[in-house]
Amino acid sequence: MSTWEPVIGIEVHVELRTISKMFCGCPVSFGGEPNTAICPTCLGLPGALPVTNGTAIEWLARIGLALHCRIAPSSVFHRKNYFYADLPKNYQISQFDLPVCTDGWLEVTVDGEEIRVGIERAHMEEDTGKSLHQGLGGRIHSATSTLLDFNRSGVPLVEIVSRPDLRSAAQARAYAQDLRAVVAELGVSDARMEEGSIRFDANVSVRPTGQEEFGTKVEIKNMNSFRSLERAIASEIERQIAVLETGGVLTQETRHWDEEAGATQGMRSKEGSSDYRYFTDPDLTPMVMAPATIDRLKADLPELPADRRGRYSHLGLESHLVNVLSSSESGLRRVFDDAVALGADPVMAANWITGEVTAALRRTETATDDMLFTGPDLTGLLKMVSEGAVSSSAAKEVLTGVMAGEGTPAAVAQARDLIQVSDEGQINAAVDEVLGANPDAIVRFRGGEEKVIGFLVGQVMKATGGKADPKLVNSLLRQALS
Amino acid sequence: MPIEIDIVHVARLARLALTPEELERYRTQLGVILDHAARVQAVDTTGFAPTAHPLGLTNTFRTDEVRSPLDREEVLSQGPLVRDGYFEVPPALEGT
Amino acid sequence: MSLADLTIVEAGVRLRSGEASSVDLLNAVIERASFTEAQLHCYLTIDHEGARRAAETADREMAAGTDRGLLHGIPLALKDNFCTRGLATTCSSQILAGYVPPYDATVVSRLRSGGVVIVGKTNLDEFAMGSSTENSAFGPTRNPWDPERVPGGSSGGSAAAVAVGSALGGFGSDTGGSIRQPASLCGVVGFKPTYGLVSRYGLVAFASSLDQIGPLARTVEDALTLFEAVAGHDPLDATSFPGEVPEMRAGFEAGPRGIRVGVVKQLSGDGYEQPVAAAMSQMLDRLTNDGAEIVEVSLPTFDLALSCYYLIAPAEASANLARFDGVRYGLRVEGETVEEMMARTRAEGFGPEVIRRILLGTYSLSAGYYDAFYGQANRLRTKLIQELDDIHRRVDVLISPTSPTVAFELGARTQDPLAMYLSDVCTIPADLAGTPAISVPVGLDERGLPIGLQVMAPPLGEPIMFRMARAVEERAGFGARPSMAGTPS
Repeated sequence: MSTWEPVIGIEVHVELRTISKMFCGCPVSFGGEPNTAICPTCLGLPGALPVTNGTAIEWLARIGLALHCRIAPSSVFHRKNYFYADLPKNYQISQFDLPVCTDGWLEVTVDGEEIRVGIERAHMEEDTGKSLHQGLGGRIHSATSTLLDFNRSGVPLVEIVSRPDLRSAAQARAYAQDLRAVVAELGVSDARMEEGSIRFDANVSVRPTGQEEFGTKVEIKNMNSFRSLERAIASEIERQIAVLETGGVLTQETRHWDEEAGATQGMRSKEGSSDYRYFTDPDLTPMVMAPATIDRLKADLPELPADRRGRYSHLGLESHLVNVLSSSESGLRRVFDDAVALGADPVMAANWITGEVTAALRRTETATDDMLFTGPDLTGLLKMVSEGAVSSSAAKEVLTGVMAGEGTPAAVAQARDLIQVSDEGQINAAVDEVLGANPDAIVRFRGGEEKVIGFLVGQVMKATGGKADPKLVNSLLRQALS
Repeated sequence: MPIEIDIVHVARLARLALTPEELERYRTQLGVILDHAARVQAVDTTGFAPTAHPLGLTNTFRTDEVRSPLDREEVLSQGPLVRDGYFEVPPALEGT
Repeated sequence: MSLADLTIVEAGVRLRSGEASSVDLLNAVIERASFTEAQLHCYLTIDHEGARRAAETADREMAAGTDRGLLHGIPLALKDNFCTRGLATTCSSQILAGYVPPYDATVVSRLRSGGVVIVGKTNLDEFAMGSSTENSAFGPTRNPWDPERVPGGSSGGSAAAVAVGSALGGFGSDTGGSIRQPASLCGVVGFKPTYGLVSRYGLVAFASSLDQIGPLARTVEDALTLFEAVAGHDPLDATSFPGEVPEMRAGFEAGPRGIRVGVVKQLSGDGYEQPVAAAMSQMLDRLTNDGAEIVEVSLPTFDLALSCYYLIAPAEASANLARFDGVRYGLRVEGETVEEMMARTRAEGFGPEVIRRILLGTYSLSAGYYDAFYGQANRLRTKLIQELDDIHRRVDVLISPTSPTVAFELGARTQDPLAMYLSDVCTIPADLAGTPAISVPVGLDERGLPIGLQVMAPPLGEPIMFRMARAVEERAGFGARPSMAGTPS
């Protein structure tokens, strides 16, 4: 039985959240009554003309630069000709052989391994309207009619095509997630799979390990979450291997992921492959990108997820913590960055942010943007903890107080009477008191019973009204007992 | 020598439901026109890029701002079949 | 003389002097239409109510001292491929029968802002594809000089209306000669501007890289006036020229002295009727006498211009006409599936010439053929542009016949598409090059049929083109009107 190597490429469509559509001034909005954000251009009325949204092109270039692509000095739009009811002109304005971005890459970490996934191209196109298939199941196969809403028609869409560098469903998922993170970081799209503002298709094939030639490629569509993307690709790999191992032949086709069935289904076959008859769109002029513009866009790029993860690692965070902190909301990450800049210990700060602070936000149902806990607050709190001014459990209370708007950590600790006693003289006095009252405990401890220390610490804590720093109590007790 | 044209395929690409007689007539006519037009193939056009815009314009963009959409009722009034604010069509045989 | 026979300039004078009102002008052209429409069929729609309201408004405004410019209160005809909000726009096709656009073309908006009275929408070859207006789904327009003959096309309706006086001026569109050729056959002036000087937004597209809107009128000055009212950058048209419209009036009456006139070898020969060739050579003599320099030039790519055009225009058209599918507007023929519905709608809704060009265009773009046909034609187009550019170093303008023949009989060329296409050999080069070109009526042949000469200039060369056109017009002294225009008012 030979071993098989999966070969996977991912195609992503990203809806840009520009104010207006790609080729007309209709608003880019989601939801809303059908056919209310339409004009002659996005409705394909006779006589209408497209005009390119300059911001969308800049944003495409930014995406390309974030993915280390080459930006074409001159680029054009093509008409992709095919008939479909939700495509009002029955051609889509897209890019064919002169896309704005080419030859980039994205580094992705999967199971501790770092892989570089090639990006073949990223180009601009316009989205289609929405088809609502009426009839059983809302699917094409059993539809009795189709209702059309053109609100989405003409929304700017960036298509990003990876090279077939992925070798497992898990890698594909990681690539998809990391690509999404880059797009979200740039602020160019909401990039939410469940809303359809980011969509993934996969091209999957298998070949005997060691073979150079690619196997038959199958396109998989309709994966609506990262989890289903991974499941779908894994399922398809299995299917293909099963077919080939039983001597069957694979057809180059498009298959639809069926979440319920847990398998990919063939779609009704199209008559031959499509001939899109691409030609340069004569209604639009070529886009010439000046080097100065490219430099400016590059300089203005925000810190990208991969770079951020690297920075966290360098601060000493181990990989799990790096991942959790990286995927935290930007507001939380900012608190972390601010605290570290003020001298807070990165590991402590990261643990607090990803642990207690996140939990507190959830508990109080506060949005990160409304949070009243800042970098200086975190720094102050951590200082109090490491100096023993508050115990760890008291610190959680202090956090709650700061988030409730009661003031700085020091003020809250004071007001809520949470300050620990760390004065050695005070504690020693209590130690002496307790030891004096418990002579048999001393005997038992010196006799080897370690457990007794717990009882004695408890007694000292009681004597100090619970305010003594337990760690300090422990060490002073031991000193006294030795 | 008339050019061989797969007129059935071309008519399907262009979504034109033509009768066999019509298809044959158009096929012949197209052949004649293309014979004439094919003279361009003999011309040496090395070194010439295709014309993108007769005056060579580039970078004509619009600002990212909203312009009032059309009135929905006026638009739907032109629709051959509308339902609840949507355009309605028979079901599709093929997906995309 | 009826007010319907005034030029736009003359009408403007009378409006401002109070001798005539806009309503008077409208009544005159409507009356002329009432006598001529049954036979000529220039119009598909006459907007009686809308025109009346516009004329009354114009009179009220002018009386109150508001002057919207030279076209204020002037009744004009618009080709029925211009989107007019609230007014039927059919492109002479069954597939748009009854279609009422929800928006105005930019040109229409500008005309309305200028206080123009839109009389109605004129007949054309279906989707502007043709050279005789016989391809209209609603019947042909006839030539006012001889109703057994074609008015030319595709803007035949506008040309005939202007010629006969059922409008004082009009607009058409030109892709391969569709303004100039009917102007020539109907004895009026027809002008195609530099590509990009007039917005295409709202002009139902035929071939996007070639289409231009332009005026038809009885005099060169009227044509200039009409052009000025609509020219200029439009942010809704990405191919629209962003710079200033050239100043054209300064040298308008300067005459031909010192102008180097190129005569194109390739635009002459056997296919050219004798009276046309004679009119050409007579005009050249007169121009030479008055100080123009005539230079024989050769533009070999012009011999291939027709072929080049018939590989580019239908390809673009096949994509531009794909939107007519029965989904959102226009004709719908039922089908079990949407694919069937679209295919039946299009087969029934489009006429044969349109179908022929869609098939031709689809074919020349299809896999395996793109490079040999569409790709090659576009490279050849660049070569033609460069050749023309080179020639313009030696000459300022080119003069040629507008059409090799005068108006031909209805039905004479409908059986032979190629013969029909040959009507455009003189006009097509300016469309491919995007250069300005104008047809000026210079005389009648022995049968009383109009002959037109064409003046072509380099891109943005409108000033010198209009100057030479005016010089030609002055020397031709063409004042004849079709006898139908003499219909008593």
